[in-house]
Amino acid sequence: MSPTATTTAPPRRRGIPARGLLEAIAGPHGIDRYLEQINPTFVIGECRAAVVAVEHGTRDSVTLALRPNRAWKGLRAGQFVQVSVEIDGVRHSRCYSPASPEDCGRELEITVKRHPDGLVSNFLADHARPGMVLGLSQADRDIHLPEVRPDSILLVGGGSGITPLMGILRTLCAEDYSGQVALIQYAPDPDRAIYREELDRLAAENPNFRLARSYTRAPGTGELDGHFSPAHLPQADPCFSTAETFACGPPALLDAVRGTWANGLEQRLHVESFLPPSLLPVGEPGTGSIRFAGSDLEVENSGASILEQAEQAGVPAQSGCRMGICHTCTCRKLSGTVKNLLTEEVSAAPDEEIQLCISAPLSDLVIDL
Amino acid sequence: MSTTTESQIPLTPEQIESFGEELDAIRRRVLADRGERDANYIRKVIRAQRGLEVAGRGLLWAGVFPPAWIAGTTALSLSKILDNMEIGHNVMHGQYDWMNDPALSGKQFEWDNACPADQWRHSHNYMHHTHTNIVGKDRDIGYGVLRMSEDQRWRPYYLGNPVYATLLALFFQYGVALHDLEVERLTTGEAKLADKRKLINGIWKKVRRQTLKDYAIFPALSGPFFLFPLAGNATANLVRNVWSFTIIFCGHFPEGTHEFTEEETENESRGQWYYRQLLGSANLSGSRPFHILAGNLSFQIEHHLFPDLPANRYAEISTEVREICERYGISYNVGPLGKQFGSVVKKICRLALPDRKGRRDGQLPAAEPKGERERVPVAA
Repeated sequence: MSPTATTTAPPRRRGIPARGLLEAIAGPHGIDRYLEQINPTFVIGECRAAVVAVEHGTRDSVTLALRPNRAWKGLRAGQFVQVSVEIDGVRHSRCYSPASPEDCGRELEITVKRHPDGLVSNFLADHARPGMVLGLSQADRDIHLPEVRPDSILLVGGGSGITPLMGILRTLCAEDYSGQVALIQYAPDPDRAIYREELDRLAAENPNFRLARSYTRAPGTGELDGHFSPAHLPQADPCFSTAETFACGPPALLDAVRGTWANGLEQRLHVESFLPPSLLPVGEPGTGSIRFAGSDLEVENSGASILEQAEQAGVPAQSGCRMGICHTCTCRKLSGTVKNLLTEEVSAAPDEEIQLCISAPLSDLVIDL
Repeated sequence: MSTTTESQIPLTPEQIESFGEELDAIRRRVLADRGERDANYIRKVIRAQRGLEVAGRGLLWAGVFPPAWIAGTTALSLSKILDNMEIGHNVMHGQYDWMNDPALSGKQFEWDNACPADQWRHSHNYMHHTHTNIVGKDRDIGYGVLRMSEDQRWRPYYLGNPVYATLLALFFQYGVALHDLEVERLTTGEAKLADKRKLINGIWKKVRRQTLKDYAIFPALSGPFFLFPLAGNATANLVRNVWSFTIIFCGHFPEGTHEFTEEETENESRGQWYYRQLLGSANLSGSRPFHILAGNLSFQIEHHLFPDLPANRYAEISTEVREICERYGISYNVGPLGKQFGSVVKKICRLALPDRKGRRDGQLPAAEPKGERERVPVAA
């Protein structure tokens, strides 16, 4: 089996007889490299999803209904997935929190909000069409609804951070949750409030759901006014101090929320930050740190190439020509910004392959080594 | 022109550096321009290869019928050639790493060849491409069995040069598989077998898998007619072996290509490195399908200057590289397959015999690295 197959293939599935024989005759490329020639979603060792519906909910967001292939194992309300799309030949991945309820069956829904310079968000908003196939990851951690539902729940969301909360809310509504749930949504104005109509409907149908919105650029039009402040809480949710709270949104909102929940209430607060990589802070060359995830080692960035820094730290990095031609040192960068020392090109994309010998860190880095 | 002439035009160190800068500029331009076009190209080639492979295997399953056997063997031969040359070789160079697609990742790709991909990446991407044509460092010079340069001292063993070359061509995939083992250094005691255990295990695993597939599983699927797919698979492997041997040997060994000594290439600058790559490589002229089947190694010069640029770009770059070479008076070695391969065969036979006095071809030094000489002689 090729290294690709060993790293991406899930544990052997039951129900596909003679899989071993198939893999042997499909070697060294693996059965998926043939199946995908028939239809890209036919692959069995890797999650992919077909876009089945595209809805332009507000003027700066688009909601995509996706149908994942069988490799995808589903998600719990509030979890996120990585969606990847190829733009001008390059695969880009971004995290999205599906807003689908847990029992949504084989479909999931993501809402993509345009960022002014966002490559992926603008591409999806402009080009997503039914039939388009996107890469997908299994659902992952961070905030999700506990198995044992709490008695009262408070949701605080800003911008596209509303989407995981929407998944939680829809799940609760679908299962006739009997506790109290409240949602505070922050958006610039009513036109840019994602899920506005659906939220209105849910609030009308479910007496135990309280909805409060603040339109930060249109004061007086929502139930609340301005950015998050502790004063919003009693207005929006009388039992906020005992509720399990889930918050998702831009860093400023989350910082304010964390500050409010600081005094012994932290264990009831669950936050998730969504930040496009282009907005990650970039430091001066020679600042920050490099974490070698596989070796569980962190070093202060000296400004030298990542390969030299790895070697100095005693991390077992493969290397060859040391001039950027042989690709022996190529490694996965999990996060952070690097500069290509030959082309001066700066890249902040998460989860991409870089050549260590000709890359220098520009921010905190995590390298899969 | 496929051979160098006697005239020598000297290049100053400054000229070498500006020559390097011009090549760097080409590289930067292509890097900035890589995109959907290249992605579509490699995917199209992969699609063709997968199609040919499935068709070839299918036809050979019914290989008891002669037309099916002939068509199946042809399709499978083409599939293996595409797999190894335009796809495997180029993807494993990291030419498509920028696409960030795990299926096209140079570090992860595995090919339909006896040589394990990770060993190939070491012996080829690093050893051969970094130390191109440096006698004693680049093990592609003769693959440890042939005498391909006057700088290799003649021994009576080399009388068999043409025989070894023929065997290497017929079993090329196994020659490549054993490449990283350095068998010749094992026999002289320079390297120890115990240190090679990991390599041997890797080769054994890969060879076993390849053999099982081509010579056991697929034939078995044809039941009593197993001999037909067996023979078809063996023929396809043979065709691929001879083809890749031919293309690869035409890349570095036609008359007019140069070899270098380790001393000559110490402390090379980037310009000097480019210069050595250029003098050590030769191109093949031909049609577009020919270039695709050659994995664009028919543009060996461009490949050696820019080993990690997508190979479909070499054709368009080549006109610029040629123009630059003309301006600097550097020979650009190109010729049709028949002519270039003929000259390789001639070299293999000539070097089987001890050197005649006063006849030492291709021994012009590369750019002077230490600045002891002001002007460096260059063949033109």
